[in-house]
Amino acid sequence: MSQLTVPASARDHVRGSLDAPVVMVEYADFQCPYCGQAYPIVKALENELGDMLAVAFRHFPLATVHPHAQLASEAAEAAGAQGRFWEMHDVLFENQSQLAPEALLAYASTLRLDRIRFAEDLAEHRHASKVREDFLGGVRSGVSGTPTFFINGLMHVGFEPQSLLAAIHHASTRGGRMDKGSGARPRR
Amino acid sequence: MDVKALLQPGAKAPDFSLHTTPDQSVSLRDLLGGPLVLVFYPADWSPVCGDQLVLYNELLQDFRQHGASVAAVSVDGVWCHIAYSRDRKLQFPLLADFEPKGSVARSYGAYRGQDGVCERALFVIDAKGVIRWSYLSPIGVNPGADGILRALESMQDDHRRLS
Repeated sequence: MSQLTVPASARDHVRGSLDAPVVMVEYADFQCPYCGQAYPIVKALENELGDMLAVAFRHFPLATVHPHAQLASEAAEAAGAQGRFWEMHDVLFENQSQLAPEALLAYASTLRLDRIRFAEDLAEHRHASKVREDFLGGVRSGVSGTPTFFINGLMHVGFEPQSLLAAIHHASTRGGRMDKGSGARPRR
Repeated sequence: MDVKALLQPGAKAPDFSLHTTPDQSVSLRDLLGGPLVLVFYPADWSPVCGDQLVLYNELLQDFRQHGASVAAVSVDGVWCHIAYSRDRKLQFPLLADFEPKGSVARSYGAYRGQDGVCERALFVIDAKGVIRWSYLSPIGVNPGADGILRALESMQDDHRRLS
């Protein structure tokens, strides 16, 4: 089974603490319908598990088939540059059918972002390299489609709630951590 | 029927000439300006294949950094390939191993006789036509691109050491 080659770190957008017993890294594409289906499932897991689970999001836009996915990812990063990554992440998944550039600008207004800075970030593709970095890191870890999860560093295929929950519980009792750098403390 | 095992590194890649369009064929030699990523896949339009070829399409520039190009082979006919390629906006050739059906796939040990389709198999072939890496994936599993990238990198390392 494939392992995560780029550990979750401060470069990632993380909901929860990287010291949580379970860190789940999700590779996703904002225009992918399966990622859209996984979105409420991940939210429900976070609600249910609280501090036990941290979720990191990484971009895996398949622009060939999802023409808006790349810019949507850049929009999430542009919001992130203003401290509102997760708010934009949620808005994008909740409005998957409307991800054209005008829609992205409208969401920036809704989230009360600095609209000019946001628009410039998109126009100049200031965050494209971060998105590509996520994508290539995912490829290195064996990601071939979305969504793909890594639970404490181990790839998990599929997003069926019960199987995700079982994998998380398994990871939390397994002890050693594989998705973190040298600072990781094995837990029991 | 003789069932050949997947060709392994070190083997000479069997030559072929296959149609990409009704009036155009491409041979292995045409494709070997540099390393070639040769992808055998079961069928156009099937969801797993779609994701797999789309992933390679996204990585063309990264393959190109290693001087490598991509070509994909299935038993589908040229018209099917053209429609599929257009729909997915693929920027590498799809080759039709259509008549005699699957003969190129058989020569690479990448034919699935019981289903009459190509296996999901990957080859990295160097510019001299020698197979440097091969991989047979379970038919329903997208093998991703990490193995291809590692193979291309190790070829480049070898090249540096020798030059």
